[in-house]
Amino acid sequence: MERVAVIGASMTQFGQRESWILDLLAEAGIECLEDAGVDAEDVEHLYVSNMASGEFEGQTGVPNALAHDLDAMPAYTQRVDQTSSSGGAGIYAAWQSIASGASEMTLLVGGEKMTHRTTGEATDVIASLTHPAEYKTGVTLPSFAGLTARHYLERFDAPRESLGKVAVKNHKNGVDNPHAQFQKEVDLETILESPIVADPLRLYDFCPITDGSAALMLCPESVAKEYTDEYVVIAGIDGATDTHVVHEREDPTIMGGVVESGKGAYKMSGYGPDDIDVAELHDMFTILEFLQMEGLGFADQGEAWKLVEEGYTERDTGELPINTSGGLKSKGHPLGASGVAQGVEIYEQLMGEAGPRQVDVDIGLACNVGGFGNCVITTIMEAAQ
Amino acid sequence: MTMEAYEYEDGSISYPGHPRGPGGTEPVDTIDLSEYTAEVVTWTKSTATPPGVREPNTLAIVEFDVEGESVRAIVQLTTDDVKTGDEVEPVYTEELREPGAGIREPDSQDWDGYRFDPV
Repeated sequence: MERVAVIGASMTQFGQRESWILDLLAEAGIECLEDAGVDAEDVEHLYVSNMASGEFEGQTGVPNALAHDLDAMPAYTQRVDQTSSSGGAGIYAAWQSIASGASEMTLLVGGEKMTHRTTGEATDVIASLTHPAEYKTGVTLPSFAGLTARHYLERFDAPRESLGKVAVKNHKNGVDNPHAQFQKEVDLETILESPIVADPLRLYDFCPITDGSAALMLCPESVAKEYTDEYVVIAGIDGATDTHVVHEREDPTIMGGVVESGKGAYKMSGYGPDDIDVAELHDMFTILEFLQMEGLGFADQGEAWKLVEEGYTERDTGELPINTSGGLKSKGHPLGASGVAQGVEIYEQLMGEAGPRQVDVDIGLACNVGGFGNCVITTIMEAAQ
Repeated sequence: MTMEAYEYEDGSISYPGHPRGPGGTEPVDTIDLSEYTAEVVTWTKSTATPPGVREPNTLAIVEFDVEGESVRAIVQLTTDDVKTGDEVEPVYTEELREPGAGIREPDSQDWDGYRFDPV
């Protein structure tokens, strides 16, 4: 099977945008076509990662609309919805389209428009992914994080401050990301004194509500060489699903989807946790960075907090920089765009295009989580040799 | 009103019930968890609640012991004066949240249930 290459990437400014979903998608799509040097008429498949444009905005049919706006007709189009992991699932779908031979040029655009909704409304749209038995309790995704964080801290005797240090690190990284929603450092004291949202977690333990989009261009490696000498290859990718009902998991601190998708991506790539030089993890909530570090084998169960305390995951001084982009925490979390934007960050790191965020990297990993670990995609990329 | 869990061929129990249980086993019986007390595994007080949900909303994952078989549920608590390991008991509540205030179609599910109170 021929390797699948990534030859272009883009992301819009994340944050509170005046544009609505169709314009956001077109903005990233046009920029990605230009970055890759690909004519729209050469795009054979066009995938749109999006969780809820119908619920947020009353706009459905977005892949068809985007193909028209980009003049990419008659490309085959498809919407990919896997809640917060729609972006990662979009990378998997785009990879499949190339690896199967069905397409020789696939454009993936992920996006979401959310900020016109109140926090309560946006929270409810996201919480609609829960089982009826969960939904009627009023549980939200932040509530799941609070429940899990308390269990983790009590069971592993981890200090509350260790979660705050994830937010400190990711905000610090976001300062150097011009597309991030928050380009501002936050100190630990501010985090620990911010309003409680789902105790023991506070405001700065959570990502913001965000508008934005991001895009990647994929093609077979033989086609990539017609466009450029420098590109990135998807070395491994896999997706996995855990229980729909969160409390039915045997161990609340193990995210089965992370473990299984990580295993699959490692197996396909031939790499293991020790080979990864940089990782983008789905820090929708600070506790999720610990759980993914452990699920992906970067730390033993209950030990990730110690690595964060030791500075192991710091961008400029750590052995494994995590969330050099600022993560969802600082960069923002436009649901369908987030997994694609993780891929954009790994792509830019591997291409040496990350500017002040650049780290020394040969192999990068992105882990995109849907629901509270309900669906997970892990992608491993490397620079073309 | 019951708090119905399913028991499967292999003896395991789940709340809520599913058409197939662990190993693809079929449900063979139902169990009303509202007849049991439970132990708090973890809890949180949510202050950013969606439309139609009380604020704050104190939630817990609780564990029932049904004749030696454990089964968990997410539930509302009546108080935030609680700690991990506390024993709690169900108290019937007509509406756990306001039907129709949120995005979910009101007729698509039931809205009554049980809040749990420390014993």
